[in-house]
Amino acid sequence: MRENLHRFFRAARGAGVRVSPAESIDAMRAVAKIGFTDRAILRDTFLLTLAKTQDEKRALGDCFDLFFSQPEPQQDSSEQSKSDDNDESGANPSADAHGDTSGGAANENIGPLAQMLLSQDRSAISTAVANASGAALLSDIRYFTQRGIFQTRILDAMGIQRLRDDIDELTASNLALAERLQDALNGLRGAVRDAVSQALLLYGREEAENLRNEILRNAPLARIEPRQVEQMRTLIRQIARRLRERYSKPRKRQRRGHLDVRRTLRRNAAWGGVPFLTAWKRKHRDRPKIVALCDVSGSVARVSDFFLLLIHSLHEVVDDVRSFAFSGHLIEVSRILETKSPEEAMKEIMAKVGFGSSDYGNSFADFEDEWMSTVTPQTTVIVLGDARSNNLDPRADILRRIGERSKRLVWLNPEGRMTWGFGDSEMPRYATFCSVVRQCSTAKQLERAVSDIVATYQ
Amino acid sequence: MADTRPTASIEAVEGGLAAQGYIASRQIATAVYLSQQIEKPILVEGPAGVGKTELAKAIAAWRGMKMIRLQCYEGLDEAKALYEWKYAKQLLYTQILKDKLGEVLGGAQTLHAALDQLHTFGDVFFSKEFVEPRPLLQALEQPAGCVLLIDEIDKSDAEFESLLLEILSDFQVTIPELGTVSAVAPPTVILTSNSERDLGDALKRRCLHLHIGFPEQKLEERIVESRVPGISQTLRKQMVSFIHEIRSLDLKKLPSVSEAIDWARVLVLLETNELNHEIVKDTLNVLLKYEADIEAATPQISTFIAKASRQGVFS
Repeated sequence: MRENLHRFFRAARGAGVRVSPAESIDAMRAVAKIGFTDRAILRDTFLLTLAKTQDEKRALGDCFDLFFSQPEPQQDSSEQSKSDDNDESGANPSADAHGDTSGGAANENIGPLAQMLLSQDRSAISTAVANASGAALLSDIRYFTQRGIFQTRILDAMGIQRLRDDIDELTASNLALAERLQDALNGLRGAVRDAVSQALLLYGREEAENLRNEILRNAPLARIEPRQVEQMRTLIRQIARRLRERYSKPRKRQRRGHLDVRRTLRRNAAWGGVPFLTAWKRKHRDRPKIVALCDVSGSVARVSDFFLLLIHSLHEVVDDVRSFAFSGHLIEVSRILETKSPEEAMKEIMAKVGFGSSDYGNSFADFEDEWMSTVTPQTTVIVLGDARSNNLDPRADILRRIGERSKRLVWLNPEGRMTWGFGDSEMPRYATFCSVVRQCSTAKQLERAVSDIVATYQ
Repeated sequence: MADTRPTASIEAVEGGLAAQGYIASRQIATAVYLSQQIEKPILVEGPAGVGKTELAKAIAAWRGMKMIRLQCYEGLDEAKALYEWKYAKQLLYTQILKDKLGEVLGGAQTLHAALDQLHTFGDVFFSKEFVEPRPLLQALEQPAGCVLLIDEIDKSDAEFESLLLEILSDFQVTIPELGTVSAVAPPTVILTSNSERDLGDALKRRCLHLHIGFPEQKLEERIVESRVPGISQTLRKQMVSFIHEIRSLDLKKLPSVSEAIDWARVLVLLETNELNHEIVKDTLNVLLKYEADIEAATPQISTFIAKASRQGVFS
C-alpha cells in the first residue's frame, strides 16, 4: 500500500500539484489514521493535506479519480478487463469456433503468454499487464514520445518474443490457432496501449508542460505560430504574475534606515531618555515612474502584441506608468490598458494606430510636442521597437533630449543584434543616446528586461 | 489528554459540531478530525460569510475549550501578537534597585566582584515576570489547551506570516532573552483567509488546506434549519433555492451563508409563509449589499421565485 501511495504522489505531481516530501509525510500520517476503506474520506484527506489552492484541489480530485480507477499491480480490477473485453470481443466468437477442433495437442508446445491468451482468463491477463507495467517502471513515463518505448518494454516483459515464435511455428502447422493467437495479440497490444496512455495521463502532464513552456520561452516572439499564440499569452501572463509577486512584496521591509536619534530622544522623554521606543529614519526611495513607447507598426506586429501585454502587466506592478503606442504617429494608451482586459485593449490600440508603416521621427515629434513633460529625472523611459523608420528622418535629436531628461532610457529591440544598422534600421544612431539597449526577441529576454527595470526602483 | 480530545471519528466531529449549531460538510468534519489526529493547524479559505470564523467558535464550544482570537490587520507585529516586555515595570524595578544598590553590592570590595554580583541580577529583568503575553503566547500557555483563531491572516503582512511559522509547525515560540516556550497542550489552530493576498508556501505547507465554498442546497437547508428554527419547511426550501439562483448571477458580492441566515430571520419576522415578488423585492437588501447588485437581480426575481416554488413542490 505504501508503494501505491508513492505512486499516487507521483501522479499528483504529474497533475501539477506540488507535493513536497513534508506534505507526502503528512498525507501518509493522515491516511494511517483514517484508513483506506472509505474512498470518499480518503479523497477528502488527500485534498486537505496535499492541495494548497482551489485549482490544485480540482486537479488532485481528477487525478484521484483517474488513479483509483486504474488497476493496482497484483490485483485484478474490473476496469482493465473491460478494456480487454472491447478489444477482444470481435475475435472471441471465431476463436471459439475454431479452437475446439484445432487446439488441444499444440498447446503443450507454446509459451506461457500464448497459453494465457488462449485460456482467455481476463483477470490473469490484466494482472500480467499490470505486473509488466511495474517491471517496466511505467510510472517513470513523462513525455508522449516515450509511449512507444514503454509499450515495447511492457510487451517484452510479458514475453512477446516467445509468442511471436509460437505464432510463426503455428502458422505452418496449425493456421487457425495461429490466427487466433494473432487476434489475441492484437487485443493485448490494445490493452497495453491503453495502460501506457493512462499512465501518461497520470504521470506525464507536468513535465510535458514544463518542456513546452521552456521551448516557448526561448522561441522568437516574431515566429510564434498562430496555434501557440494563446499559450504564449498564458506564459507572458505567468511572467507578469511572477513579476508582480516579486516586486510588490518586499518594499516595506527595506524602508527602515538609520536610527533617528532626535525623534527617538523626544519620544522617550517620559522615561528619562532611556530609549525604549526607537524611531527610524526612512530611506528615501524613488517611486517607480515608467514611460513606455511601443511600436505597433506592421513590421513588428506579431511582437508588439506581446509587448503590449507586458506593458499591460507593468500597469499592475507599477503605479505610475504612462504608455504610448505608435506606428505613423503616436497616441497615449494608458487609459485603454488600465480599464480594459488585455485582449480588448490590444484590439482597440491596434485599431487606432496599429499596422501602419512606422515613422519613428514623426512619432517622437508627437511625443515631444505633447508629453515631454511627463518625463522627469525619476522616469525610466522604455522604447519597444525595431528602430526601422522606412528611411524617414529618425529625429535622433528628440531621443537625445528624452534621454537627458530621464533617469534611464531603455531600448528593447526584437531584432537580432546582427541586423541592427542594416537596411533602414536606425538602431546604432539611437543606441548612442540610450542607457541600455537590449535584444528582446523571446519571452525569457522580455521577462529579464522588465525585471531589471522594476528592480532598479526597489 | 484523552478527555480533551474526544474526536473518535469523523462522525463524532460532525455530531459534536452539529450540537453547537454548526452543520459541517463531510469535508469540514474530515479536516477537523485530521487536524486533531495529526496535530496540524487548519487553514480555511473561502468567500466571506460561509462560516470560517464560526467553525473555530463551534469547535471551541463543543470541546469546552477557551477560544483565543487574533484578528490580523496590516501592520500587526510581534509586540501585538506574541509578547511584549513590560517596560514600565522594568523601569520601576530599576529605580528600586538603584536605591538598594548599596545593599546588593555590599560585600564587594573590587569593581570586578561588584560586576559579578550584578550579573546575577542581570537576567532578572528579562524573565517571565516582565513578559506581557499577547494572544499567541497566551494560547501556548493554556494548561487545558484552547482553540486559537488567527482570523483573516491574508490581511497581515508577509513578515507576520514568517513569525507564525514556528508556532504552526512546532507549537512553540522563541523569545530571544528567555529561550523557547513550548505549548503546555497543543492548541487547535484555525487560520482563516479571504484570499485577498496569496499566502506563502511555507505557511500553507504547515496547514491542512480547507476550502469552504457555498454549501450545496441540501446542506444549506440544514444550516438554515439549525440556525433559524422557526422557519417553515416550504419557505426554507424556497429561499435556499432562490439564493442558489441568485448565486448564478454575475454579482459584485454573492450572498453568503450568513446572508442566507439573516434573510431567513427577516422572513420569519415578517411572518412569511411563501416567497412572493413583493416580499423578495422589499427584503433583497438583506441578501445583496451593493446597489448595482440589487439592480442586476431585480428583473430576475419573478423567474427565480417561480423556479424556487417548483422546487418546493417536487422535492
